[in-house]
Amino acid sequence: MKMNLFAILKVAFRALGRNKLRTALTMLGIIIGVSAVIVLVSIGQGAQSMVLDQISNMGSNMIFVMPGNLNFGGASMGMGAASTLTDEDVLAMEREIPTIAAASPGVNASGQLVFGNQNWFVRMQGTNEKFPRIRNWNVEQGEFFTEGDVRSSARVIVLGKTVSDKLFPGLDPIGQTIRVRNLPFRVVGVLAAKGQSMVGQDQDDTAVIPYTTAQRKLLGQQIPSINQAMISAISQEATGVTQNQITVLLRQRHKIPASESDDFFVRNMTDAANTFEQLTTIMTLLLGSIAAISLVVGGIGIMNIMLVSVTERTREIGIRMAVGARPNYVRLQFLMESVALSLMGGLIGVIIGGALAAVVSRVLGWPTLVSALSVLISFAFATAIGVFFGYYPAHKAAALDPIEALRYE
Amino acid sequence: MLETLSQKREPALADGDAVIRLSHVHKIYPMGDFEVHALRGISLEIKRGEFVAIMGPSGSGKSTMMNIIGCLDRPTKGHYFLEGVDVSTVDKPGLADIRNKNVGFVFQSFNLVPRTSALENVELPLIYAGVSSNERIRRAREALATVGLADRERNMPNQLSGGQQQRVALARALVNNPAIILADEPTGALDTRTSVEVMEIFQRLNRERSLTLIIVTHEPDIAQYAGRIIQFRDGRIRRDIPVGNRKDAAQILRELPPESEEEDYDEDEPVRDT
Repeated sequence: MKMNLFAILKVAFRALGRNKLRTALTMLGIIIGVSAVIVLVSIGQGAQSMVLDQISNMGSNMIFVMPGNLNFGGASMGMGAASTLTDEDVLAMEREIPTIAAASPGVNASGQLVFGNQNWFVRMQGTNEKFPRIRNWNVEQGEFFTEGDVRSSARVIVLGKTVSDKLFPGLDPIGQTIRVRNLPFRVVGVLAAKGQSMVGQDQDDTAVIPYTTAQRKLLGQQIPSINQAMISAISQEATGVTQNQITVLLRQRHKIPASESDDFFVRNMTDAANTFEQLTTIMTLLLGSIAAISLVVGGIGIMNIMLVSVTERTREIGIRMAVGARPNYVRLQFLMESVALSLMGGLIGVIIGGALAAVVSRVLGWPTLVSALSVLISFAFATAIGVFFGYYPAHKAAALDPIEALRYE
Repeated sequence: MLETLSQKREPALADGDAVIRLSHVHKIYPMGDFEVHALRGISLEIKRGEFVAIMGPSGSGKSTMMNIIGCLDRPTKGHYFLEGVDVSTVDKPGLADIRNKNVGFVFQSFNLVPRTSALENVELPLIYAGVSSNERIRRAREALATVGLADRERNMPNQLSGGQQQRVALARALVNNPAIILADEPTGALDTRTSVEVMEIFQRLNRERSLTLIIVTHEPDIAQYAGRIIQFRDGRIRRDIPVGNRKDAAQILRELPPESEEEDYDEDEPVRDT
């Protein structure tokens, strides 16, 4: 016998429309469940994407190398205290390891920047001309300093956005001369705004100068040393290999016997990103499954109400069977009702969940991300719940004996 | 098998062929340790175009008989041929299809789906027959016109009088062009005048369309509208006689005083099942 799906669907919606309050209350369970899943997963995913964004913001396929521990009469001075890393090491790495796309020495310096009557204390980074490429950070105004500037330890400076705004409110900083620790520096560029870091630090509160300038002019080092090396691998997959090769090469260059440990540290940002990703994924799953419990409770509500509905409509079922509804048809009709309930609940839940996620990010300032996948999954889950919890009542309806059902009062 | 049934109906069975044939039909209900013999070997033939009244006290087996003839139930023993096809061994979905295409039901308590318009109630069998929406509406309107309710298609059951509800139920029974119409106490919930009106429609359909009609009633004067009376007692046929001086409902209706103009709106009409 031909099935008229559209006609059954109409019958199902009609039945739901007859008892609007009951339908609404039953849907509420699903609505709460779905919107809870959407909101909590969006918070989890928002946190994840923020962390990952910021890690990738630090640069592409970044590897940091820092000089090792310095033991000073038995007291450990901590990572980076020793001056075991030189710009020669950085050059050697870039020359000999093919998976390195770009490398730059890093020298830290700080000081007061003065322009006219404005001044601002800045932690500066001494680096080379590859900085924009390694850090994925371009200049917004002017230009970055050149290889020549690095070679000649030129007194040029590229300002972070915050610094530029503080020193040159409403003025064009390019070509201006500022004083850094009483030395004149020419502003050649301003970096694009990057915003807050993971720990809430203003990344734009910085300035970049050639590392040679930092070593010789600002720090006045007799033996030039560097605070770290920033390395960008050619791809994310290559970061692990590159890290190992750096270790091998540096041990060789520093002539470290096999029995001794490294006098440097290598940090791979991809590893860090993966760890964070795993953590936030676990968090998202945890939040999602807590919310899913409420969805299951909503499903039980559907089952409950469908059982009541089957009992109430026993006579109607009898009539339908008497005029030729096959048991399968009756089953399908009731199943459609429960699926329609859960689907509509799911739809409203998605809308409310999306709105709540927006409110959370607006009011609480948490990043939220409503992904198509989470919408799809919670929708599919809601439908599955409608089918699962609707099946038993529908089966009960289909199993009714038409004679008994017609006699039911 | 459905197709064979419906194909056979039109040309193969002329007036006088047996639409219904029961051969040694038994129905036994197990009741714990007991067995209740509702039917004890019924053999019976009803020809196309007959109007039969089944009578008998409660417990005589007439309801069981109706259920079997209407394919709501199957005989425990024996055979039931509907339009020449043995339906005593058909499974549940198969029986549903037969009820849909070959049988029309009219009940004492009307059994319309509540809060569903007259038109949609009449459409019901067509939905299960897989008829398209436009065709459904066309045929449902036609059936409503046949019972004189063309102007009431939008009304809900509770906006119709008892007589009107029973006519909607009759339209629903007619809509799929069944071979037989089974009416279980069709006038049991109606007043005298309305009862005669319903019987008038029955007689008209029987006369004009050669529709086979079987009504169960315990009112002797209602049975007089039929052409044949079968009396049941203790699960057996006690008497099977033609009606001598058959009543003509149209005639009686004309002679009735035109009391209480319209029978509109009677929401508190008692609706009771036996």
